[in-house]
Amino acid sequence: MEATLTAPHILQPAKTERDFRTENLSIYYGTYEAVKGISLPFPEKSVTALIGPSGCGKSTFLRSLNRMNDEISGSTSKGSIWIDGVDINASGTDVIKLRQKIGMVWQKPNPFYKSIYENIAFGPKYHGVKGKKALDEIVESSLRRAALWDEVKDRLKESALALSGGQQQRLCIARALSVNPQILLLDEPASALDPVSTGKVEELIKELKEQLRIVIVTHNMQQAARISDFTAYFYLGQLIEYGMTEKVFTNPENTMTQEYIMGRFG
Amino acid sequence: MRVQNNETMRVQSSKSRIEKHHIEDLVGRSYMSFCVLLLIVSIVSMVYFVTSRGISTFAIDKVSISDFFFGTTWSPEGDHPSFGALPFIAGSFITTLLAALIASPLSICAALFMTEIVPGWGKKLLQPVIELLSGIPSVVYGFVGLSVIVPFLRNVFPGQGIGVAAGALVLSVMILPTITSVAVDALSTLPRNLKESSFALGATRWQTIARVIIPTTLPAIMTGVVLGMARAFGEALAVQMVIGNAPFIPTSLFESASTLTSVITLGMGNTTMGSPHNNALWSMALVLMLMTFLFVFVVRMLEKRRSI
Repeated sequence: MEATLTAPHILQPAKTERDFRTENLSIYYGTYEAVKGISLPFPEKSVTALIGPSGCGKSTFLRSLNRMNDEISGSTSKGSIWIDGVDINASGTDVIKLRQKIGMVWQKPNPFYKSIYENIAFGPKYHGVKGKKALDEIVESSLRRAALWDEVKDRLKESALALSGGQQQRLCIARALSVNPQILLLDEPASALDPVSTGKVEELIKELKEQLRIVIVTHNMQQAARISDFTAYFYLGQLIEYGMTEKVFTNPENTMTQEYIMGRFG
Repeated sequence: MRVQNNETMRVQSSKSRIEKHHIEDLVGRSYMSFCVLLLIVSIVSMVYFVTSRGISTFAIDKVSISDFFFGTTWSPEGDHPSFGALPFIAGSFITTLLAALIASPLSICAALFMTEIVPGWGKKLLQPVIELLSGIPSVVYGFVGLSVIVPFLRNVFPGQGIGVAAGALVLSVMILPTITSVAVDALSTLPRNLKESSFALGATRWQTIARVIIPTTLPAIMTGVVLGMARAFGEALAVQMVIGNAPFIPTSLFESASTLTSVITLGMGNTTMGSPHNNALWSMALVLMLMTFLFVFVVRMLEKRRSI
């Protein structure tokens, strides 16, 4: 199996101030190396899809991008994550500040047990936004950006848990947008949703990529093909292939990628 | 349950021999039904017994209900007996509430420490301690209270040391494990990504605990507090050893008082069945029982709220 792996083809864009990429990033759980020295760029105004069979390290990789793995005891990492010319994987990084730049949405919708309004206002309140008017504006604009405003504008004080699953997930996206991040990490955001809600979330992702960078982990090949600009195929913690989505899906360089995309394994 | 046509035939054909698994099923079902029946009968008869005895204070001995609940004089023997149970009801409530006030913050902090702050060795160290605490017999708590807490209170505060404060302190230690373990369960069932959502928005650990974790798990934590209060309310022996057992409404924390349970345990052996004194003790037992029902009811309500 190992022998068939060809060296992954990595695009190396010029380093700029607005750069966001990983460099030789390895992540360990104890001594187990879950992600093995991955270098990946995340170009501006684009969606990058991370695909691969379960346990390939793509979620771990995604979680490391906003240092969420810090919350897991025994998890350590090597290598760099560059954002705006700063290595955020270095010790001494202000993780709290960093996470304002990088929003995250999980597989299962997980609104706080609060009102719709409070769910959105939660983050901004901690970042010093004061006054009802300012918060009202953020709530409205975040909900609009998540294409949820029209559905909930008359029930902002109601519990977020009263919303449907699809609405809850868009609320979580709106919540992530509330702190105005530059990057949005999505961990299988539509896998717990029905097809209609999935369609809405995908529509939303396409719109949002005009404003920020999006990294999405997905098990749904069609979804990756539909919404992403770049695709990275992970296997056993290694990056097997990376490139333009069109290229990866129509003419992959690696046979393993091809087999996975065709559904022959994984 | 309705048997289909073709199935009827099949059942009829095998009618002659009753199959083994049918007998097993029948035996199992009968055994279960018997156990459940026994349980129901014992509970119902207990409730009936306590209620009928408890009511006879008012029905047979003609003590007025308001005298019983609001009277402050307790002298059940003698020519002019008086059955004012308010001092005991007040004593029970005061010690229970105080114990809950002392124990709840400590328990919630302990639970947060075990689940959020140091989930590794914090839990490994504290879990057995908490379990051990709940296994210690109440007489030991009472004894420790009597030989440690009471002398301490006597040296530091005015009074004899025995009294409401000593009772509440002993009770608070006793209900600590109850509240802590319920709180730990509640905190550990919290979906991890709910916390992470808060972190992902740039909230600190403290902000996450205060604004997401505690509000979300509060109904479940309150369940623990109410269960702890139920235990404190019903605890007799340990309280009786340190509270002083004076039949008065305490005016200070360091004064002797009594609780419903302590007066029942002290009095029950010295009264004859059916005497007004004895009946009055049963009335207090009835009050205790109804309070327990109330606690259970509150817990139910909290759980209902939690599931929304």
